Amino acid sequence: MSAVIKLEEIHKIYHTGEVDVHAVRGVSLEIQRGEFVAVMGASGSGKSTMMNMLGCLDRPTKGRYLLDATDVSGLGRDELADIRNEKIGFVFQGFNLLSRTTALENVELPMLYVHRRIPGREQRDRAMKSLEIVGLAKRFDHHPNQLSGGQQQRVAIARALVNQPALLLADEPTGNLDSQTSIEIMGVFQKLNDQGITIVMVTHELDIASYTKRNIIMRDGRVVTDEAVKNRLNAENELKKLRNAQEAVNLA
Amino acid sequence: MMRIIATVKIALRALRRNKMRSLLTMLGIIIGVASVITAVSLTTGATEQVKSQVQSLGESVLTVFSGNFTSGATRGGWGSAPTLTVDDALAIAKLPNAVAVSPEVRDREQVLANGLNWNTQVQGEGPDYPQIRNWHIASGVMFTEQDVRSLAKTAVIGKTVVDQLFPNENPLGQTIRVRNIPFTVVGVLAPKGFNLFGQDQDDVVLVPYSSHMRRITSRNFVNSILVQAANDQVIDEVQQAITETLSSRHRSREPDFTVRNQLELMNAVTATSKSMGFLLSGVAAVSLFVGGIGIMNIMLVSVTERTREIGIRMSVGARAADIVVQFLMEAVTLSAIGGLIGIGFGMLVSTLIAYFGKTPSVTPAVWIAVSFASSALIGIVFGFYPAWKASKLDPIDALRYE
Repeated sequence: MSAVIKLEEIHKIYHTGEVDVHAVRGVSLEIQRGEFVAVMGASGSGKSTMMNMLGCLDRPTKGRYLLDATDVSGLGRDELADIRNEKIGFVFQGFNLLSRTTALENVELPMLYVHRRIPGREQRDRAMKSLEIVGLAKRFDHHPNQLSGGQQQRVAIARALVNQPALLLADEPTGNLDSQTSIEIMGVFQKLNDQGITIVMVTHELDIASYTKRNIIMRDGRVVTDEAVKNRLNAENELKKLRNAQEAVNLA
Repeated sequence: MMRIIATVKIALRALRRNKMRSLLTMLGIIIGVASVITAVSLTTGATEQVKSQVQSLGESVLTVFSGNFTSGATRGGWGSAPTLTVDDALAIAKLPNAVAVSPEVRDREQVLANGLNWNTQVQGEGPDYPQIRNWHIASGVMFTEQDVRSLAKTAVIGKTVVDQLFPNENPLGQTIRVRNIPFTVVGVLAPKGFNLFGQDQDDVVLVPYSSHMRRITSRNFVNSILVQAANDQVIDEVQQAITETLSSRHRSREPDFTVRNQLELMNAVTATSKSMGFLLSGVAAVSLFVGGIGIMNIMLVSVTERTREIGIRMSVGARAADIVVQFLMEAVTLSAIGGLIGIGFGMLVSTLIAYFGKTPSVTPAVWIAVSFASSALIGIVFGFYPAWKASKLDPIDALRYE
């Protein structure tokens, strides 16, 4: 089984003014198909830079990056755009949906940029299927401002899934959500992961990281910890517990 | 590459989002195109009118005027010198490609008939005159070659003379008196209206030139000779032949006559409309340029406002070309819609001006096409820089943009 992500001695140096910022200093790691990884670290640890490179939004200064067995470290802007389109689904902290555009059209967006032209009907069907997966099919015609934060993030996840990417990348996906909604979103991720989708997520919240299977902690541009999650939380159970607790408060 | 229809849809949606702003942006193009269409319609209308008036003088017509008559220090105008004769006209008639010739004698006379009188132009002409001037006889007949030879007292009168001397009466067969000489009205000319210079062409009495020269004015020269060439192609050739014939006949040191042809007049009109066209193109270019700058300005604002949208599109796989096409399409949609509104508005305005100003208005299809094409082109030209700028954004920065 080949690795979805294979990093070999990845470096990223920013040339800003007089001082060169060495954001990532030689990271090597492999992420296999079906993994669910949380990348953690304080701000300035290089985790955002890592995320940008994993997402093919940025190129490493040095080193090799194999995504789904393709070397993407030397590709140009347009080729990277194609890779993002075909192999990566993004979920952002701020949802990043197009406003005044329906949920369905937001989900259809990545299909607009697929080289092989996809007929309108097929686009619609695939987008609806994606929305069903995240449990939002009923609200397909809602605009983002008519949806709650959790629902918006679900639309974003549906958009990330629509081109059946090899990798789902989430950048602080629960950063803008309350704790209960955060657990719900983690539940969606766990369900997707159970179906075999590889997920890499950046977070600084430890409790959110414990819903994943593997935690990578970065400091000063290096990986300092890389271990399997021991006491993995199950989103469904946690939600049940939370509801029971709320009921108990109401009864009291 | 995104599909065109999807792109146009996205563009229209983006423009609808800011209806007021889109409209104001288009205003430059709308005003530019509308003023061009209005000006073109009105000048084309005027030019067409002048052209048809020039044509009403007759087709392929040349006019030979006698030289000016100089007495002491006083110089008369063209046609005043007694140098052209009927024999000259007969000599010209023998030239190849001179299909019709009419010697002309003109005089203003008081005409009496029916107990009424009217001062009008009494013109001595040959029987080919109506053919040369492309002027129909409304009723009755034109006098004949026989009438010319016999110095007949026959007359063909214009519509205005009929109105003045024979109100509510059939003038055919009636008698009009010129210097107390009775002429019988044998025909009435079809109304022709005013000529280029505002003269009423229908205020005329035609008589055989021979009768005019012998019975009315007692002179042996003619004022001018009308010549019709076979067609416009030979008109210069005929002019040359006339000049040579008359020069050898008159044997004067200086030419005592002048030949004008109608093509020259037509060319003058066309030259006027051509220079008008250049002027209009200049106005159009300036106003479209200004409109284009407006579009560029708004597109730059739009790109900045939608930086995050651009980032999102890039993150899901839009290539640089996709972004360029999207914003270019938006600019072109904006300018093309502006162009269409401008065309409609311009046609409305020119029609209204034509209606209330009683002037003709003609909107040539080619100008509609040109206006539309150039407004779309403006969108491409002025939309390119903002679109290019958008496509060069860094996806990471664009996504972080607040």
